[in-house]
Amino acid sequence: MLSLCKGEFSVERDDDRCIRCLVCVRQCPSDVHKYDEEEDRIYSDESECVGCQRCATLCPTDAITIRYKPMEMKENANWKTYHLTNIYKQAETGGILLTGMGNDKPYPIYWDHILLNASQVTNPSIDPLREPMELRTYLGRKPDLLDIEDGDELILKTEISPQLKLELPVLFSAMSYGSISLNAVKSLERAATIAGTYYNTGEGGLHKDLHKYGKNTIVQCASGRFGVSPDYLNAGAAVEIKIGQGAKPGIGGHLPGEKVLEEISETRMIVEGTDALSPAPHHDIYSIEDLRQLIFALKETIAYEKPVGVKIAAVHNSAAISSGMARAGADFIALDGVRGGTGAAPLVTRDNVGIPIELALASIDQRLREEGIRNNASLIIAGGIRSSSDIIKAIALGADAVYIGTAALVALGCHLCQKCYTGKCAWGIATQDPYLTKRLNPEIGTRRLVNLLNAWSNEMKELIGGMGINAIESLRGNRLQLRGVGLTDTEYKILGILPAGE
Amino acid sequence: MRRIYVKEDVCIGCRLCEIYCIVQHSKSKNIIKAFRNEPRPLPGVLVEEKGPISFALQCRHCDDAPCVESCITGAMQRLEDGRIICDIERCVGCWTCIMVCPYGAIRRDQNRKVASKCDLCIGEDIPVCVKNCPNEALTYE
Repeated sequence: MLSLCKGEFSVERDDDRCIRCLVCVRQCPSDVHKYDEEEDRIYSDESECVGCQRCATLCPTDAITIRYKPMEMKENANWKTYHLTNIYKQAETGGILLTGMGNDKPYPIYWDHILLNASQVTNPSIDPLREPMELRTYLGRKPDLLDIEDGDELILKTEISPQLKLELPVLFSAMSYGSISLNAVKSLERAATIAGTYYNTGEGGLHKDLHKYGKNTIVQCASGRFGVSPDYLNAGAAVEIKIGQGAKPGIGGHLPGEKVLEEISETRMIVEGTDALSPAPHHDIYSIEDLRQLIFALKETIAYEKPVGVKIAAVHNSAAISSGMARAGADFIALDGVRGGTGAAPLVTRDNVGIPIELALASIDQRLREEGIRNNASLIIAGGIRSSSDIIKAIALGADAVYIGTAALVALGCHLCQKCYTGKCAWGIATQDPYLTKRLNPEIGTRRLVNLLNAWSNEMKELIGGMGINAIESLRGNRLQLRGVGLTDTEYKILGILPAGE
Repeated sequence: MRRIYVKEDVCIGCRLCEIYCIVQHSKSKNIIKAFRNEPRPLPGVLVEEKGPISFALQCRHCDDAPCVESCITGAMQRLEDGRIICDIERCVGCWTCIMVCPYGAIRRDQNRKVASKCDLCIGEDIPVCVKNCPNEALTYE
């Protein structure tokens, strides 16, 4: 059948600069560039180009420019190229369209409608270069009140629930070994260790080489239970039950059998070459009471020594669900918004299901406060955190910490081509091909992630210092430090912030 | 003496080491000129590849270098800092060095009929292959 879909990119080669070194030919995992010896010329098959920019980045003479060049259809406000090409593809394949990374549709991004406050005249701002600033964050259940025995020395009588100690309010999101390469996992693990935070195994289990580094690991228990064993649960610093994911609320993960190679099969405890399909729901969780049973089954397994959290996708009733989770014994709640990323999801789900994390966060924080159970569980939010200012806004809106997934991968080299599901990631991140995974040197990856976290730490200190605050704790839920621009009355009400000028 | 070491687990087979070696040993040291308008020297580093495994190989500058011992004209010689170079003025292209090299790190420069090998980039603090490896698969220590 003649395909009606054309390539999305044009490959422009400046022939005055091209030296025929063939780096582009060797680096392209889609075989776009081919060298013709007879003519001493490189031909590029643009239809295969995914726009990952690998060739353009590595070209030593800067001879290649990859340009986005979608099919130019007659202008039509209703029938966009997006819809036409999707229909063409489905008419050709009859299948569900797959994609990777987070929702790229122009839904409102509320971070960009929120502005931060700063101190002027009546309250002093703080210079982080001169004065100590505190970003340290503890995640876990906080007591309702503290019972302290007075005397010569104060003695804390209240038993404090297990806590995760973070040197900055940022963790690396759940990304499984399988969806990303072992080198990517190693980069995250080492960076988390150096920066004093945590990475999350996702639902892919914990590779045997990484068990010994468990103190900076959050181990996940998802509906497929891949790689879950008492050893695994006890290897981490915390356990997270994954109910849902922002990129694909309501459906489970799917790792194609081609990616389930020997080490992944061993880590996930499944047969080599079989599809790793996570059921859409946990079949033992149909209610909050069921969730409570799993939370406590896990807590029993880890002897109540580490926090157990629950991750859900932000959906319409997440405030009510969060109340249930906080009451069911979750020590932290992870909330993944509509822009959360993925290694593979149906396009239709990724682009249309869920709600923006900003609104979900504000409504959940508010709900838990109103019910007097906000201290029961810490709130970690995820899904589209792009910068240190997004984090500061999230914390002022009520989050305890944020998960970063996409931002971390971008630090590792990801160029958001959204082709993770093909397993041909040119940057060695979302692939298991031994020829490609080598491209991510975990030493460089670690350095890049640590640099990003350091840079963001410094920026966060500048921002809170500007507000006259010297500890991130004092900003948490402090919505008076936020003002909105260009929002509706309803949005102001849900976000619980005032418009700029008020 | 500092030597170049390879980390084959992160060598990505891009061959940029070879390319920058050629540029460094060219007349102009301009990458486009070196490749397009000038006689192109052989790279002193060669990427060996089989399947997904690849690594860059260059002269090991051996402590007991058989090439130096076997050279019939004294072209192959050790400098004071320990590196081994081939003086192309004296090399007659007998290829004895190539036959005795245990690493296969010396190549025939057919144009000039002399032996060609890594000189650790005379005048540079760090050899250009190490400096330009995009994945830090080469180290100089």
